[in-house]
Amino acid sequence: MPDTHAPHLIRGASPAGGDPVDLLLADGRIAAIGPDLDAPEGAHTTEAAGLVALPGLVDLHTHLREPGREDAETVASGSRSAAMGGYTAVHAMANTDPVADTAGVVEQVWRLGREAGYCDVRPVGAVTVGLAGQQLSEIGAMADSAARVRVFSDDGLCVSDALLMRRALEYVKAFDGVIAQHAQEPRLTQGAQMNEGCVSDRLGLPGWPAVAEEAIIARDCLLTQHVGSRLHVCHVSTKGSVDIIRWAKARGCDVTAEVTPHHLLLTDELVESYDPVYKVNPPLRTAEDVQALREGLADGTIDIVATDHAPHPAEAKETEWSTAAMGMVGLETALAVVQRTMVDTGLLTWEGVADRMSAAPARIGRVHDHGRGLEVGAPANVVLYDPAAPVEVDGAAMASKSGNTPFRGMTLPGSVRATFLRGAPTVLEGKIQ
Amino acid sequence: MRHLLSTGDLTRDEAVLILDTAAELAQVGDRSVKKLPTLRGRTVVNLFYEDSTRTRTSFELAAKRLSADVINFSAKGSSVSKGESLKDTALTLQAMGADGVVIRHSASGAAHRLANWVDGSVLNAGDGTHEHPTQALLDAFTMRSRLGRLEGLRVAVVGDILHSRVARSNVLLLTTLGAHVTLVAPPTLLPVSVHTWPCEVSYDLDTVLPKSDVVMMLRVQAERMRESFFPSAREYSRNYGLDGERLSHMPEDAIVMHPGPMVRGMEISAEVADSPRCTVTEQVANGVSLRMAVLYLLLGGS
Amino acid sequence: MRARKPTAGDAGGAPAEVPAGTRAVLDGNEINRALTRIAHEVLERTKGGHGVTLLGIPSRGVPLARRLARRIERVEDLTVPAGSLDITMYRDDLRSAPVRALGRTEIPAGGLDDRVVVLVDDVLFSGRTVRAALDALGDLGRPRAVQLAVLVDRGHRELPIRADYVGKNLPTSLRESVTVRLEETDGHDAVLLGPARPRPGTTEGNA
Repeated sequence: MPDTHAPHLIRGASPAGGDPVDLLLADGRIAAIGPDLDAPEGAHTTEAAGLVALPGLVDLHTHLREPGREDAETVASGSRSAAMGGYTAVHAMANTDPVADTAGVVEQVWRLGREAGYCDVRPVGAVTVGLAGQQLSEIGAMADSAARVRVFSDDGLCVSDALLMRRALEYVKAFDGVIAQHAQEPRLTQGAQMNEGCVSDRLGLPGWPAVAEEAIIARDCLLTQHVGSRLHVCHVSTKGSVDIIRWAKARGCDVTAEVTPHHLLLTDELVESYDPVYKVNPPLRTAEDVQALREGLADGTIDIVATDHAPHPAEAKETEWSTAAMGMVGLETALAVVQRTMVDTGLLTWEGVADRMSAAPARIGRVHDHGRGLEVGAPANVVLYDPAAPVEVDGAAMASKSGNTPFRGMTLPGSVRATFLRGAPTVLEGKIQ
Repeated sequence: MRHLLSTGDLTRDEAVLILDTAAELAQVGDRSVKKLPTLRGRTVVNLFYEDSTRTRTSFELAAKRLSADVINFSAKGSSVSKGESLKDTALTLQAMGADGVVIRHSASGAAHRLANWVDGSVLNAGDGTHEHPTQALLDAFTMRSRLGRLEGLRVAVVGDILHSRVARSNVLLLTTLGAHVTLVAPPTLLPVSVHTWPCEVSYDLDTVLPKSDVVMMLRVQAERMRESFFPSAREYSRNYGLDGERLSHMPEDAIVMHPGPMVRGMEISAEVADSPRCTVTEQVANGVSLRMAVLYLLLGGS
Repeated sequence: MRARKPTAGDAGGAPAEVPAGTRAVLDGNEINRALTRIAHEVLERTKGGHGVTLLGIPSRGVPLARRLARRIERVEDLTVPAGSLDITMYRDDLRSAPVRALGRTEIPAGGLDDRVVVLVDDVLFSGRTVRAALDALGDLGRPRAVQLAVLVDRGHRELPIRADYVGKNLPTSLRESVTVRLEETDGHDAVLLGPARPRPGTTEGNA
């Protein structure tokens, strides 16, 4: 593990794209910010001219696969992948085997994250026992556990039973929790393989209508407001969903929403190849949806970017479309995709990026020592990003155990140079420490 | 072109070449020696993940009439049923030196995937609810033989368009060849984006029939009824089935086609199925010539 | 799946004048006289032409067979069935070139059993086309005899094959090509001798 005690001086970085300054990290905190800081005795120095400094990124939606599918990812490999992507905290989704529906499992995941030490791993608890959608899991016990779970989700499956959803929303109020809903009406998406539209009709793949997502979001927003709770909508993928969330926020519903990097960039036309690397849940949608998602993220309707990092072993994707697994890895490409789709397009400033990828997700997940601005006294969770270092994406070169990236072969505009977790470098010069 | 995966990939010239080649090769069936030496020493694998004796036999006969060695690799009783992946099966066929692989699979896009993994030519013999190119080609061949042309021909395709690979391949191919296609089905059995397809759409068979030179009836599976695509077989048949009375409203030389297997009493009455205007058996015979043409054009050259 | 069309490409276009670098070795009249002579020889060799069926090998053997049939019919008062025999599927060089479009095979009514079949082609060269035609014939019936008529024999045989009727023996070098042009396919009649054209995957000129 990296040496946490040596101070680290970052020279000439641009905090959130602003004027270059030096940052001194010491004792796990940002000790000083200013021009031409003196390096204390024994300090490491990183030259950061031209690099953007951002608070360590926080992912609200990560699949680390452990326990159960250690062939695809482990807490250790996934948190290394997160560090490489500039993340200092990730939320590990509950759909493991066994499911994270008890205090025992979430504490195990939390402990594995601590042992790996590359980023803070915050387990997400399952809403229902075994993700079966029948009976609430021991949400309170998970909240009270050492893992201090605040986000609950049956992600991968939708809590489609309206009454059960109401109960879950009410129950988490007791400890300021949030239900992160995977919005997918199950009957409307039976056997669904991709976005329903021109492409699915042409390819003869059963379609996944936008309304199957939008109907659940509308219902849940109404429920949330009715019971006065807090709702988070996972991986919003359609224009209609953005419209509904905008409407719900306007009428005072405490709803937040996330969008994935892949939904900000890719469309269902890619499925023409029948290559399951493009198979994901929710599916890639149309260019019109992509545009609406970008605008929603820019105007704050969508609060955050979350990766939905979903590693799968090669054999789960090297198959015919309908039997292939759904999901894409995303931790190591997220920031570059956001730069390309939001910053380079003028839709979002770097300050906006810091909010959507660090401050806001930390706030939603109630992760108190993350997502603070780059200010003296804040925990030294920092990422240094070079926005002018184009890299061709190669799944095989990733820190993740799996290489199922839909961006493979694409050149993305920048790359993470360094990540600091409480002052200790987890990544330096683009390499895991 | 190395593969035949979709009729949408065919230019008009290529499609016409296939039909013309099939017309020449149709003679072979009438000769004393029903065999040509053309593909001697070439190996064609029939890789069938779905039972379809009809299509498999047609391809087998076509390949054998061209003197190719034919290996039937069916999902039953092979490593495929023991969970071997499509990719590993493809690599096995590759190692065996297959020059052409004819694949039938329940997954849409399986033929596309296979084409990434083998060096030989891949012929899509039906992939899920996507396409069935040789069926569309033999349908076009049958129309041209019976009616003398395809340009301007008015073709009604009736039935479960949503789940039909035959309909998809036919819409693409017939449009390329200059025919006008009208899809007729209850709205539940049409794709949501059907209005973007290069064809007309109608919910009313009776208004379409008098204006059609060809009516192609598609099989409707009973399970669609259980899935609430329509209320009952009786109601479907009453609205979208072809019986003698409906047939009498078509132009005199209009023909009735069906890719088979027919469900008599559902989409087609016995009277129509047995009428001389019904080309079902002709379609089967033409299927062999057409598949010979495709095999020759894909495997015959360098 | 793009197939090579064995028509205009082989003749290198169809301008009426002789292209640069080539010279006419037979003009229209000479071709006519040669065909008339062959017609008489066929009658002589087949004892009056009874039982004769002419099969032209596409593409230019087909019009030649029709012309021969008309000439024979003009001399003797009888009907000579003429058809065509495409040999593409029997070629031994299919794999060395892009796939070829098929020519037409039209066997005259009555078939080939016990007929004297005269194969007709424009140029006899390696003999491989004739070999393929003999294979094709064997699958179509059992003629009493098979004979061969060609407008030009340019030599360079690669197989033990010879013509029964020759319009003109034309000694050539392998660096030369022989091109036959016919009214029916090219707009005018001529036999041209020119430099060899590169032909992917084949050593043959025409026949």
